[in-house]
Amino acid sequence: MSNSTYLCLRAVFLVCFIHLLIQGLSADANVVQSPRNRLEPNLTGLPIVTFEWHHVQTPYLVIIWIFVAALAKLSVIELNHHVTSVIPESGMLIIVGFILGGMVWGADKAQTFKLLPTTFFFYLLPQIILDASYFMPNKLFFSNLGAILIYAIFGTCWNAATVGLSLWGCYEAGAMGNLDIGLLQFLLFGSLISAVDPVAVIAVFEEVHVNEVLFILVFGESLLNDGVTVVLYNVFDAFVALGGPRIDATEIFKGIFSFVVVAFGGSFLGVVFAILLSLLTRCTKHIQIIEAGFVFVMGYLAYLTAEMLSLSAILSITFCGVCCQKYVNSNMDEKSVTTVRHAMKVLANGSETMIFLFLGITAIDTEIWVWNTGFILLTLLFMFIYRIIGVFLFTWMLNKFRLVPIEVIDQVVMSYGGLRGAVAYGLAAMLDKEKIPEKNLMISTTLIVVYFTVIIQGITMKPLVQWLKVKRAAHSDLKLVEKVNNRAFDHILAAVEDICGRIGDNWWTRGWNRFEEKYICRILMKPKVRKNKDYLFNIFHKLNLEDAMNYVSEGERQGSLAFIRSDEAANIDFKKQYDSEFADVMPDIMGDMSNYEFGIENVSITSIVKDTIPSISRDIHGQDRKNAVDDINAHHLLQQHLYRSRKHHRHKYSRSHFGINQSEYEVQEIFQRTMRSRLESFKSAKMGVNPAKKITKHHKKDLTHQMSNGHPEGKDHLYGDEAGIENPAFMPDMESPTHSPPWLMETEMDMAVAPSQRAQRRLPWTPNRMRRLAPMRISTCSTDSFLMADVSLTLEEHEEQPQGDNEEM
Amino acid sequence: MGSTSSTLLKIPNVEELVQETGFSPAHIIRLYDRFKVLDKEGRGHLCPKDFGAIKELAMNPIRDRIISAFFSPGKETVDFYTFVKIMAHFRPVDKDRPKDPNSPEPINSRSNKLKFAFQLYDQDKDGKISRDELLKVLRDMLGMQVTEEQLESIADRTIQEADLDRDDAISFEEFRKSLEKVNIDHKMSIRFLR
Repeated sequence: MSNSTYLCLRAVFLVCFIHLLIQGLSADANVVQSPRNRLEPNLTGLPIVTFEWHHVQTPYLVIIWIFVAALAKLSVIELNHHVTSVIPESGMLIIVGFILGGMVWGADKAQTFKLLPTTFFFYLLPQIILDASYFMPNKLFFSNLGAILIYAIFGTCWNAATVGLSLWGCYEAGAMGNLDIGLLQFLLFGSLISAVDPVAVIAVFEEVHVNEVLFILVFGESLLNDGVTVVLYNVFDAFVALGGPRIDATEIFKGIFSFVVVAFGGSFLGVVFAILLSLLTRCTKHIQIIEAGFVFVMGYLAYLTAEMLSLSAILSITFCGVCCQKYVNSNMDEKSVTTVRHAMKVLANGSETMIFLFLGITAIDTEIWVWNTGFILLTLLFMFIYRIIGVFLFTWMLNKFRLVPIEVIDQVVMSYGGLRGAVAYGLAAMLDKEKIPEKNLMISTTLIVVYFTVIIQGITMKPLVQWLKVKRAAHSDLKLVEKVNNRAFDHILAAVEDICGRIGDNWWTRGWNRFEEKYICRILMKPKVRKNKDYLFNIFHKLNLEDAMNYVSEGERQGSLAFIRSDEAANIDFKKQYDSEFADVMPDIMGDMSNYEFGIENVSITSIVKDTIPSISRDIHGQDRKNAVDDINAHHLLQQHLYRSRKHHRHKYSRSHFGINQSEYEVQEIFQRTMRSRLESFKSAKMGVNPAKKITKHHKKDLTHQMSNGHPEGKDHLYGDEAGIENPAFMPDMESPTHSPPWLMETEMDMAVAPSQRAQRRLPWTPNRMRRLAPMRISTCSTDSFLMADVSLTLEEHEEQPQGDNEEM
Repeated sequence: MGSTSSTLLKIPNVEELVQETGFSPAHIIRLYDRFKVLDKEGRGHLCPKDFGAIKELAMNPIRDRIISAFFSPGKETVDFYTFVKIMAHFRPVDKDRPKDPNSPEPINSRSNKLKFAFQLYDQDKDGKISRDELLKVLRDMLGMQVTEEQLESIADRTIQEADLDRDDAISFEEFRKSLEKVNIDHKMSIRFLR
């Protein structure tokens, strides 16, 4: 494949370039810093241009490394796309780090660029944690908080204790040879190696899509266990400094007490900063351009303040992000919200890349490597075993209290997903060489553990997850009827869950919600925002915005926005979306699917084609091809268009994209359809659906209120010349179906029928304004389908209307 | 939380419910609390309006069918007993239940779950899903962009796959057979109702 050889060439070129660059830089980096005075004393003539390397050295190196990291990420992703996606990105970055480290070492014979703990903890880690917490699915997080805390606190303590003690036991038994080490140091080592690392967890789990509860358990644990890790580390560090004999009961109690202070203090500090941040964003109406900066500044402040007070910094920034999300997102201008989201992703991505890269580079350093087979292997072994035991033990205890028990398969994945990462390395590198002579051994072991978990466990995680779920039917074999029914079951289940109200956690959530509504929102949110918090209206507003954007982008693709005026369905060029290879081979499908839309997730046709037709070639008998094509058509249609159930709106945490609710148009359609059916049932069955009606009016009113400056006149044009205020219901000879989607007409008529008291007071009500209700997108494509599907319905409405109206008005 | 026994006493026919549905008394109490929350006017039974007030339900495309499944044909209210019995369909299957051929099948058995789903499709209750009924269901569940012809071709194809006796309708047996590979126990169970 020429594509990949091209990539390989590109990669090689990059590598050589970087090698030269680094050689040059590192040679100069060793130059002693000359005095600031530029001009040398023995100057012979006027220098026109001088090479001022030392002048820019530090920032230049920083920027170059950031650049190198970005290039590395680029090549890794390209590699993943085209060659293999077996190794997770983080693993590949480490390998690239090895290569780069080798180059630097080759140039310098010493590792000049290492991952320093201060750099890591102050400049690289905070943004990752802030990103994770800002995008944390709060509802899921808090509903599983109990389990998360149990794993984080007791699980980490268990891991630390058992690993430390077992290693000590093995040392005493002589398995490690001669080391200058004691029990306390083993415990210290145990505590730093037992922390599950959030960076690694995100990096690996992002590519493996497990169910949301499992993900939040592992991820939440990795975030919250920092409180424990910091405490254990500091406590044992202090104990090592104090020495064995001076440790008595008071010291131990102080240790336990310090845990409480550190953990809760850190969280409390985070909440304080979240409140400050929300208040700030509440007042920034006039300087919206710098609003976005506040989020980062306050988040970082939370982190540093906690560090300063020796509290848990990660907990602080976590709770800051978690608590401020909601208020900040509603207070800030939409553009600021977008800015914050994108900027955070950029920063977090960049930091993560650099961390893994440097983890690789740091390895290529002869100074730090001390190999002790027993120590290293035993660490790996114990870490693994005790993780499994710990997870199963705590889950068994938890399942007695949980409403939704955690399954065995999930437990297996959880224990396998206890990944260690850069935090462990950072802590190891911070050890004091004086107090802990075996520091290098610990660093080496930590590095090996990190590589093992990130690379090897990362590679095998996906196959493991897939293998464990072997009972699920293979996707390609599903017949149409199964697909339809599967989706129907999902909807049924979602509905019944809603009816049941998710019994059990209701009391707390309802109580909290009420408290929050009354007090917190009043303080922290802008007054205007509070009024508009109506749930359905917000969705509607968002959907209309998205519509507008899609409309414009489609218009641009079509050449101009004039396409909307044509009566034909918008023909979308299919070839652009899929590989042109298939366009050649399957011309029939292309023709049929021309009604397809922008805005749909890119379900690749290859997934369906490959499964149903193994090898397509032009020699296939025409008949077979036609049948196959129909089949593919139907499957593809279902795949694209079945409404997604709530289960499918997964809270996927991902570093690289935000698709939280990509199918919002579905929500909109469902919403409109249910509104329509409610109106129908109101008319025909006379069931007391009054509240529903009020809701309808309320939304549409708010909407027109908002949109009234926008479109009504323009819309009129498109839909033909309807008279201004006349009630269309009383114009039975209207040719309306051909000019506007029938359901628009329908809703208008209904609105005109019996506005409630409240409705009448609000707005002068004209049918024109209502027209903006349905999004333009739906009206532009496949208008034919509407006509056919709904024209019978509309005709019935027309007939029913006059009688209904006479009674009610 | 109060004393559970007093709440238990308030609920009529508790032992019968426990016996028939297999719910534990704790679950019945929770369902009762939920029932009372839904029944805003405190009349002791629910009507479709109460279901309609559930906000999240508005986003569900087959909402109306499910709501009407709660109401027996002709009745416009559902009392707590029926509510619980219908919820019992969604209880996870008891895997280690002794297979007693004489006792009636529990409400949450696989085939009863399937029957519940079948009734959602079969609105006219003739024991078969006709092509029109299938079309209606598909129309509910598919987006607006799907044209009529496409819809009909999907419906035809679906019937073709499932219909074994070629009567252009899907009977319950054919329905069950077509779904034998699907893990109904998992798909139609709410875990917290165990």
